[in-house]
Amino acid sequence: MTGTATPAPRLIDIDGLPALFEALRGRGYTVVGPTVRDGAIVVAELASAAELPFGWGVETEAGRYRLRERSDTAAFGHSAGPQSWKTVLHPARAKLWSADRVTGSAGTSIVETGAAEPPRYALLGVRPCDVRAIGILDQVLTGGRHADPVYRGRRDGAFVIAVECTEPGATCFCTSMGGGPGADSGFDLALTELTDGGDHRFVVRTGTAAGAGVLADVPSRAADEATVRHAATAVAEAAGHMGRTMPTQGLPRLLADSRESPHWDDVASRCLTCGNCTMVCPTCFCTTTEDVTDLTGDHAERWRVWDSCFALDFSYLHGGSVRTSGQSRYRQWITHKLGTWHDQFGSSGCVGCGRCIAWCPAGIDITQEVSTLASMLEQAAADEDKP
Amino acid sequence: MDMPTLAVWKFASCDGCQLTLLDCEDELLAIAGRVKIARFTEASSEILPGPYDVSLVEGSITTADDAERIRRVREMSRTLVTIGACASAGGVQALRNFADVEEFTSVVYARPDYISTLATSTPIAAHVDVDFELHGCPIDRRQLLEVITALLVGRKPNIPAHSVCFECKQRGNVCVVAAHGTPCLGPVTHAGCGALCPAHHRGCYGCFGPMETPNAAAQVGLLRATGMAEADIVRAFRTFNAGAPAFIELSQVARPHERRSE
Ligand code: SF4
Ligand code: SF4
Ligand code: SF4
Repeated sequence: MTGTATPAPRLIDIDGLPALFEALRGRGYTVVGPTVRDGAIVVAELASAAELPFGWGVETEAGRYRLRERSDTAAFGHSAGPQSWKTVLHPARAKLWSADRVTGSAGTSIVETGAAEPPRYALLGVRPCDVRAIGILDQVLTGGRHADPVYRGRRDGAFVIAVECTEPGATCFCTSMGGGPGADSGFDLALTELTDGGDHRFVVRTGTAAGAGVLADVPSRAADEATVRHAATAVAEAAGHMGRTMPTQGLPRLLADSRESPHWDDVASRCLTCGNCTMVCPTCFCTTTEDVTDLTGDHAERWRVWDSCFALDFSYLHGGSVRTSGQSRYRQWITHKLGTWHDQFGSSGCVGCGRCIAWCPAGIDITQEVSTLASMLEQAAADEDKP
Repeated sequence: MDMPTLAVWKFASCDGCQLTLLDCEDELLAIAGRVKIARFTEASSEILPGPYDVSLVEGSITTADDAERIRRVREMSRTLVTIGACASAGGVQALRNFADVEEFTSVVYARPDYISTLATSTPIAAHVDVDFELHGCPIDRRQLLEVITALLVGRKPNIPAHSVCFECKQRGNVCVVAAHGTPCLGPVTHAGCGALCPAHHRGCYGCFGPMETPNAAAQVGLLRATGMAEADIVRAFRTFNAGAPAFIELSQVARPHERRSE
């Protein structure tokens, strides 16, 4: 990957998308990407390019998400939906192993079956915030001494096609979190979608040799400088249109200092402890273990299932749960995500995708809660300074 | 080793939860191979004498006789598991708890003097110790199998008490509240159904009763935001789990006599 000159950007016309699907499928990938289902743009296996959400955009607000028809035919003119790529790379349920007790002439033995061959996915339409989220999951799930086998298998086999943003949503704040609507690494191919002048096309940049290989199988032409500049400008301008801002200055400190803030009572009065925020968050990675046996007792399975710090069982130690109040559970979530994640993994756990805001049925807004915590601390400090 | 014995008991209920056991068609033979079904009158008139290792108890307590009978069942059972909303929360018949039962009987029956009933419908746990409560109206087949299987090998059943929303997201549903403004009780409802209704574009009806830490005020706020009238909010919590304390609280947070203003 390093040491080679970056190839010049190319252009793929909208008619080239089927060839892209062919090229990916020919290499054994299952293509996963955005498609419309049940009034939202979800991440699902795609049989063909025709299933992409052409002409659909979204409107998001706290606790609210609506599809809207676009005036153009853009396939990627939408911000984050209810699912992230976590559903593909770190699935909600995964079987870790199964075992059978077999009684034969040699006595009783346990036969263990490991995980199946990991599927190989091509992730099509990964927004730059989600490219960063995958990077964070890489760090969390494979960066330590014991790589997560399910994630490792799926991640190693994955092909990432990023699509840059030109229209951030009202709940987006990736620029606050140190990212932005452009993608500069972490992909095999990066597309920028252009629809102006009725000319639907993609500027394509190559991130890896595998990306170059796929691109070589797709009809493309050299991108002229004006188009490349036009695409880059659209992405750069998008950075100025974020619907939300997160005050990140000294954020870990702020959360540590807010441990006893009266504001947790206020959040807890609104929070349902339903767990939706953690389920939709592209970096929330926590899981629990389920041991399953069958009625005969001769067959056992171990499953790994998404968990959430909003569940009581999550903090269950001998004798009871540690975090029983809504206050302590919301505080745990936001403090880990924005504060102690830095100590643990060297970055923030939030990429500013806005999913937790839009999909919280109570409309709780992480950026708003942080602003309130910050102003309450400031106020408290100001009060203390008063003679 | 003798096979453990299983008994199924019925109190005030519709039989739907017991039938869930018969519904385990594929697994029923396996169950019968591992447990001695000693008493299950829906399936067989043969009744073996107690005591029993496991009793599945369906239904709520609505008569003085039943209040006595459940004590005897408890004495005969090593492990007592309640199945369904009636046994765990009083069932839909607990609606009487909010009304005058004598008035009901006088209106409904030609000879109200033939009716001998308590003023309330109460869950089994209000009368005897319960080892495990399996929720749902009706209970979920997979969950029933899980409880039986776990009891057989002596492990804790995998029956999480968090919200339906966990299952909803794990299943890949699109949230009907956020995407459609449809009222949904999922955030305050105990998981177990696998988020069945939201998977079919409907809000959760709360069949599995309250989740572990329901936030009544926040849930009522959510329902109001979807445009639900106060009286409808009260009604939403006055169904199969009307007698569950958390659902009583929810129905009290809403103001039943206020009509929608538009
Ligand atoms: S905390 Fe919210 S905004 Fe941040 S990455 Fe998670 S879902 Fe996205
Ligand atoms: S913040 Fe919102 S989504 Fe998260 S647990 Fe609370 S109510 Fe549910
Ligand atoms: S549809 Fe209902 S159960 Fe599903 S996430 Fe939304 S609020 Fe929760």
